[in-house]
Amino acid sequence: MNVAVAGSRTVPGGKLKLAVPRGALFGETLDVLDAAGVDTAELRGDSRSLIFETEQLTLVTMRPSDVPTYVESGAADVGITGKDVLLEQADRAVYELLDLGFGRCRMVLAGRRGDNRLGESQRRLGMMRIATKYPRIAADYFEGTGRQIELIEVKGSVELAPLIGLGDGIVDLVATGRTLAENDLEVREEIVVCTARFVANRVAHKLRAEEVDDLTARLRAASRTLEAAR
Amino acid sequence: MIHPIPPGSRDVLPGEMRELRRLNRALIEVFEERGYGEVATPTIEYDEVMARGDGRASGAYRFFDESGELLALRSDMTVPIARLVASRFADAEMPLRLCYLASTFRAVTPQRGQLREVVQAGIELIGAPASEGTAEVVEVLEAALDAAGLDRAVIGLGDSDLYRQLLAEYGLEAGAQDAILARLARHDLVGLEVELGEAGIGEEQVATCVGLSQLRGGAEVLEQARELGGGAVERAIARLGETYAALEARGVAERVRIDMGLLRDLGYYSGAILEVYDPALGYVLGGGGRYDRLMHNFGLDLPAAGFGLYVERVHLAQMEEQRRARGET
Repeated sequence: MNVAVAGSRTVPGGKLKLAVPRGALFGETLDVLDAAGVDTAELRGDSRSLIFETEQLTLVTMRPSDVPTYVESGAADVGITGKDVLLEQADRAVYELLDLGFGRCRMVLAGRRGDNRLGESQRRLGMMRIATKYPRIAADYFEGTGRQIELIEVKGSVELAPLIGLGDGIVDLVATGRTLAENDLEVREEIVVCTARFVANRVAHKLRAEEVDDLTARLRAASRTLEAAR
Repeated sequence: MIHPIPPGSRDVLPGEMRELRRLNRALIEVFEERGYGEVATPTIEYDEVMARGDGRASGAYRFFDESGELLALRSDMTVPIARLVASRFADAEMPLRLCYLASTFRAVTPQRGQLREVVQAGIELIGAPASEGTAEVVEVLEAALDAAGLDRAVIGLGDSDLYRQLLAEYGLEAGAQDAILARLARHDLVGLEVELGEAGIGEEQVATCVGLSQLRGGAEVLEQARELGGGAVERAIARLGETYAALEARGVAERVRIDMGLLRDLGYYSGAILEVYDPALGYVLGGGGRYDRLMHNFGLDLPAAGFGLYVERVHLAQMEEQRRARGET
């Protein structure tokens, strides 16, 4: 069990706090919340606020990659984020309660179209140089498939790396594949499919069981309705 | 001039030390009053001793001594006390009641501010079988939480044998069981459903497993679990029901929530398992349970149970509860 003491304050009682991911998952997160009976009209405006009160929930908006941090510590009781984030931060102890089905992406290994750098490096150097924003997922994948890599962690547009000679290929999240295509990259291997997940703090899951279960049931129904409509 | 200390370690200064000392004294007093004698064991054990208790309890910090023996900083107090009981108290009158206040050492994730050294306060009750033994441990735990001023704290009570027995009943091999149990222990319910589906058992059985893992609350949970059915579930309900009745008889059932989804990460537990929560803190404050097979690894066939509280977290919860009592948020 992880034993962390710092930064684990919560305000007890009150409304459940739900961590809402800004960015690519934001729109569909609001749709599924609406369908589950949570009023998100305020979040859809151009307010710069980060915290929004609804009748039953306090909605806290943040970067998707911060959601596990807030939920693990109990600063947020529940949250929505991508499976890619949860895999990359697998050491965060949160309950993963529900696959919401939207935000479907693939984590892939990609290389330059028509170029065999990946294969050549593997053959002649015994390892591939892989640029990624997901070092943990990449390391686990290659270890699990018995190949050695040199990890190059970057923060921004990872497609750039192999184009100008940083690494032989990339591990990245692909939704439509357009960014890859535009940068002359192609998918070589699929690692895992990621969708949005509903997560809960370990203590909130126990001590606020009814509220958490109720919200889980409503989100499950809402995500199924939306999925059927898609 | 600043002289650094290793990441994951810390100094304690007088202001905090005074509070910690008061808390520690209150906890040990509760234990001693109930007949639990305090013991100390070496910070360094033979690695083989830690691994004998549980492969996963094998230390994160291991090194060789001058004669080439593999030593480990203890990661846990239950295993050293099992060793101590087997060596020193094999012929003693049972049950044996021991308590401790000691540092344990854990691996940490870099850059997360986690502590490598964690102070635990706890008890071990050796030679007292379920359900009375478990009930006594819970009673002492509640008294300890009261002494710490955490009167809103809640104790989760689960059964560590439930899922292994249930999966065996479904005809799953040990390997498939481990993969499923790992998902449960990581609280990954989405993965659990996927893993169960791939194991080739019926839809109804998948629904039973997933449904069970979400059942938590008062005594009514036992009825709800019974409706999900199965021999393994029935046996777990019987064990939990007996324990709960023993708790009620002692008048200490009120703060206990039955949790069919509870699974602790240390492999030596059998039967009842415990976890401690306070609404003021997002982290678990401690845990414990029965480990009726652990003493066997040290050559004594004795039932046993106990708990450990993470003192720094209890202190933090104490501060949050006091802040709340003052009306601050």
